[in-house]
Amino acid sequence: MRTGDVNDRALAPSRFLTQLVLALAVTCTPAFLAPTRASAQETPATTAPAATTKPSAAGTQVTGTLTVEQDGSEAGVAGVTITVESPDGSEAGRASTGDDGSWTVPLPAAGRYVVRIDPGSLPDGVFLAQPDETSRDVGVAEGRSRPILFGLTAQAGGEQQAGTGGVTLERVAELVIDGVRFGLILAIASMGLSLIYGVTGLINFAHGELVTLGAFLAWEMNDSSLHLTLVLAALVSVVLMGAVGGGLERYLFRPMRRRRVSNISLIVVTIGLGELLRAVVQFGYGNNPFSYRDYAIQQTVPVGPVSILPKSAAIIAISVAVLVGVALMLQRTRLGTAMRAVADNKDLASSSGIDVSRVILHTWILGTALAALGGIMLAVDTKVKYDLGFNALLLMFAAVVVGGLGTAYGPVVGALLIGVVTQVSTLWFDTEFKFVFALLALVLMLLFRPQGILGRRQRVG
Amino acid sequence: MNLITDALRAAVSTSAMVAALAGVGLNMQFGYAGLLNFGHVAFLMAGSYGIALVVADLHLSLWVGVPVGIGLATAVALLFGLPTLRLRADYLAIVTISTAEILRLLVRSNAAEPYTHGTFPITDFARDFYAINPFPPGDYGIGTFRFSERALWVLLIGWCLVALTSVMTWLVMRGPWGRVLRAMRDDEDATRSLGKNVFSFKLQTLLIGGVIASFAGMLLAIDTQSVQPDIFLTTFTFSIYAAVILGGRATVLGPVVGSMSLFALIALIEGSLRYMNTHGWITISDQQVGALRIMLFGAALMGLMVFRPQGILGRREEGLLDA
Repeated sequence: MRTGDVNDRALAPSRFLTQLVLALAVTCTPAFLAPTRASAQETPATTAPAATTKPSAAGTQVTGTLTVEQDGSEAGVAGVTITVESPDGSEAGRASTGDDGSWTVPLPAAGRYVVRIDPGSLPDGVFLAQPDETSRDVGVAEGRSRPILFGLTAQAGGEQQAGTGGVTLERVAELVIDGVRFGLILAIASMGLSLIYGVTGLINFAHGELVTLGAFLAWEMNDSSLHLTLVLAALVSVVLMGAVGGGLERYLFRPMRRRRVSNISLIVVTIGLGELLRAVVQFGYGNNPFSYRDYAIQQTVPVGPVSILPKSAAIIAISVAVLVGVALMLQRTRLGTAMRAVADNKDLASSSGIDVSRVILHTWILGTALAALGGIMLAVDTKVKYDLGFNALLLMFAAVVVGGLGTAYGPVVGALLIGVVTQVSTLWFDTEFKFVFALLALVLMLLFRPQGILGRRQRVG
Repeated sequence: MNLITDALRAAVSTSAMVAALAGVGLNMQFGYAGLLNFGHVAFLMAGSYGIALVVADLHLSLWVGVPVGIGLATAVALLFGLPTLRLRADYLAIVTISTAEILRLLVRSNAAEPYTHGTFPITDFARDFYAINPFPPGDYGIGTFRFSERALWVLLIGWCLVALTSVMTWLVMRGPWGRVLRAMRDDEDATRSLGKNVFSFKLQTLLIGGVIASFAGMLLAIDTQSVQPDIFLTTFTFSIYAAVILGGRATVLGPVVGSMSLFALIALIEGSLRYMNTHGWITISDQQVGALRIMLFGAALMGLMVFRPQGILGRREEGLLDA
């Protein structure tokens, strides 16, 4: 960890700031150039849509629910005609929405169809949010129930599309807060990655699986076997995973390091380990997502101009507390100082009397415990799934590289940046592009400032 | 007895052939040049989508799709290499694994659906290939070790390509270019100080290895006749790594021996599991068998690096095994 360099950075604020602004500008510029898009998928909960979709039973079909926001709550819109056409123009089916606004059109076969809503069948006072878009071109795979979204509104003339009027200050603020929340979770999860790299020089490709394991362990105790409260289950999971990390270091990596195997061999070992762990979880739990029993459904609470979920606020608070705690440990305690020393110069630290093996062991314990905590917080929102950590791994890499690989606080900076950028990008882009922006940030950072925001400008090549 | 023939069949199957061909490419990048390319599956995806889209969407001949696939693989190689080849090997690893997954997610996305068919499989594009099949219709082989005439044609072309690229690797690695590659792997600074443009050599290696892998992707697509993004997961890359390391990296026949052994081993284990399943000794689902296969890759990778990093054919001295 090049924590001393946080102070060095103060010597060249203008250059650093320029590069930071440049990086931000480049990643955000495509947002202004991209055409706006109406999506046929479910919109994310943070963007407060005026209609929702609920997929119905299995079978090749298209389905949806038409609702409109009236007096602050969603009301189903009944009696609206939906027709589905095959590409050759013939009608493949039609349906009329029920009292709750839901409709389903079973399809004769998989393929491409055009789904049309009949605006004339809308009741009085209800209008299409995008009046020009009365049809959707979709492809439906065999056995798939494809949800279709038609946005409805009580305002005549339709709502403005995202990117022109949908960018309200409230929405931006909510997305920024959500980005900060996600960034903090990412920071905690990836701090271990950076710490371990700083102290041992090893990039742990199995770190994602440690995140997943932490989430699953908590789920086991929360929902499956012991029925502890989530907070207690999380605590136990974090402690257990710390032990797992220590065990990995003590019994797997230390013996290999003693035998002087190359870094590349160690990286391949972590890859194999990651694969193994992920497959073990998949073997034991399958591909399905699980939820924690606590904090599953909550109402947003208005805080000033924005609304926030209580669990999001709690996550932000806990994350900040943990990060501050880790920072204090690194700066004030002997162990923390030893960690920084070993990361800076292992041989010098060793010759000053620091027990490098012990420091490495403690770093692994701490790093894995943090990963587990990050995994649990991540899973509170995105559910516990066997590839939870692996998907996060890409973002963690982006965060760590952007922040500065090997630094202690780099992941915090990088993760916050990635978190905010990816969340705010949903204003203009589909959520499926969030990963792309993280990667873009990663690649751009490597092109212009490979040592990351907080990294020391040493030879990285 | 069936188990043995199943294992033999698996050893020469298209899966093994694709892994071997992709492995030849990876061997050049990872084994000889020491490049940590963890996004190898992106090259296969480039080849597969190249031919599939050209035939299915543009309605051109398959043979037009081949250079398109090669072109796409070249683009991927540049995407991997240009930002990272001047940096440490670790950065290449991070960027390749991330970029390959992002490319897959992009291809899979709804936004790309008009161009790449998104999550929907592209089918029926390989007619030109099977049209020149010289084998008359029928099954060829003994017992369970038999293949249809279509499979036989794919296997023949595929393994011939494997042989061709292996010979090419052997010839190239004996020559000056190969020597620079090895030198680069063992001591980059020394190579640079001797005046060799390390960046250029690394990029060339990525390109050549990538193009070879794109052929593997094309054959994979031709064989399965169904191209969709969820084939090209990172696990695929790691299984190729397992094959290459098992056979012996930085050896000519390593990828071939490694992939044949690996897939034979998998067939043996999965066959035994299925036997035990049907006889009620254990009950596991198909999904779990799939997970077990991946567990095998992971355990194989770990075990190999701990106990025998040089694999079957390799030599310990052949670079990068010891710090």
